[in-house]
Amino acid sequence: MSGIFYDVLADPFLQMWQMPDFFIQVLWEGFVSGILYALIALGFVLIFKASGIFNFAQGIMVVFSGLTLVGLHALGVPAFVALIITLGVMYVLAYLVERLVLRNLVNQPDIILFMATIGLTNILIGGGQWIFGGETKSMITAELMIPTGSSVWEPGGGIVIFQHIDIAAALIAAMLIVGLALFFSKTKVGRALRAVADDHQASLSVGISLNQIWVITWFAAGIVALVAGIMWGARSDVSFSLQIIALKALPVLVLGGFTSVPGAIVGGLIIGIGEKLFEIYWGPLFGSGVEGWFAYVIALVFLLFRPQGLFGEKIIERV
Amino acid sequence: MKDTTQGYVTEDGRHIGGVMMEMKNITLRFGGVVAITDVSFDIREGEIRAIIGPNGAGKSSMLNVINGFYHPQEGEVWFRGKKRPSMPPYEIAEQGIARTFQNIALFKGMTTIENVMTGRQLMMKKNFFWQLLRLGPALDEEVKHRRRCEEIIDFLEIQAIRNTPVGSLPYGLQKRVELARALAMEPKLLLLDEPMAGMNVEEKEDMSRFILDVNDQYGTTIALIEHDMSVVMDLADRVVVLDYGKQLADGTPDEVQKNQAVIDAYLGVEH
Repeated sequence: MSGIFYDVLADPFLQMWQMPDFFIQVLWEGFVSGILYALIALGFVLIFKASGIFNFAQGIMVVFSGLTLVGLHALGVPAFVALIITLGVMYVLAYLVERLVLRNLVNQPDIILFMATIGLTNILIGGGQWIFGGETKSMITAELMIPTGSSVWEPGGGIVIFQHIDIAAALIAAMLIVGLALFFSKTKVGRALRAVADDHQASLSVGISLNQIWVITWFAAGIVALVAGIMWGARSDVSFSLQIIALKALPVLVLGGFTSVPGAIVGGLIIGIGEKLFEIYWGPLFGSGVEGWFAYVIALVFLLFRPQGLFGEKIIERV
Repeated sequence: MKDTTQGYVTEDGRHIGGVMMEMKNITLRFGGVVAITDVSFDIREGEIRAIIGPNGAGKSSMLNVINGFYHPQEGEVWFRGKKRPSMPPYEIAEQGIARTFQNIALFKGMTTIENVMTGRQLMMKKNFFWQLLRLGPALDEEVKHRRRCEEIIDFLEIQAIRNTPVGSLPYGLQKRVELARALAMEPKLLLLDEPMAGMNVEEKEDMSRFILDVNDQYGTTIALIEHDMSVVMDLADRVVVLDYGKQLADGTPDEVQKNQAVIDAYLGVEH
């Protein structure tokens, strides 16, 4: 019994069935990276909703916030104080972006604003390397009281390992997402954010300052970036190569829709879990490195059949 | 602050107060294109004031000047006895000027009541932390504003669509929701950009009635734009007529209708 059909359609599922503990392990790993993809995608969605800008700099914001935190701690600042100062730095960054970039480019075509965020990316890369140096640093995991051990679960004789850091990442991400959802639906500022996402002129006419809202959204995206930076940094290291993972947010967004917060979460989980499953069970058929391209293939399929994504607003043109 | 200009009494016996807003020699240019040339008029407390003119006359531009979307190159805007410096539209909203839009600018992702609630945005002062928890002072505040919005929704007879996302509503109702949102701001001056455009006769009559009722019950001063002269004649106390950015006439509907320049602009003359 062999052949391509067997390898693709039967064997992987047989393996899942035969080693359920390993299957659960793979699912869990996929789930955790999915959550982290979702976090990064969330940063994109926040800014895209409020201003229609695809913020290319979101990835470097993750790195920059992580480096700021680690850098401050290296100077002898206590971990939690450093965390608060880093939040302050992200606020200042949001303020400067609004003041120096957005305000001057308002009403320009989207592509101009997109180019501006590429410029911002380069400034943050250059500035980050100048201030913090280019070498890889390790996240101050223990100092931030993020647990580092692991638990073992033995369902029916099998073995599944849960890293505590992954559990913490999942919990913190979930809290952040719930917090953001409440913020958007229940508060005055959240209502203003949704208003701005819908119509700029109408927002101005009811007394909403776009500039203020942009600062708030970029700051919110900065907070999300910081959380993503801490969690990714804790699992691997903080380095400039981290910004590459931000590109993974692109297929997540294509999948979930650029304007949908739930879409970012579901899209992140689908990409995270799908990629891990594919890598482990179908990967050998393609050789290695499946993780690198699988997400983009899914995105491509979606672009062909459902360009607005799973949760995006339907694109209807009235004639 | 003192206003020395006398008010007047309308034909139907309403008392119109002193000058609320005065546009003095407004000129607005976009590059080489002159949208408005040296236009001056005033809007009085409690008045229904119309700005009319054929398409491209500069009516919407004028409204955008009043509301702060455009800043005129020449001329002065006086509001409630003070010369108004150039300021962004959201600050002008704070001064009590609300508006609707010709091409309906609603928050399409929100329901009717949510749209109307955005009109209360400036009046909500409580800390977002309380709002997040839905506790204490923030809850009282939310309830208070919500009640006011429900009153406005009743007033405009759109109770049935309270929880409907506005994107799916028919055009006439969307216009009404937009009016409700502007009213929720409790404006001193309400600007309506072609409130009757694209409506059928019945909807036009409804909208006229609402405009009169708003003016009557809330005492709101209203400035509206219209290109259809007949609509305005029954509604407005005074009318200013623009054509190609220039002021043709200013006066009561009767006066304006008899004005030869206005008749020429509307009917067209051989030059």
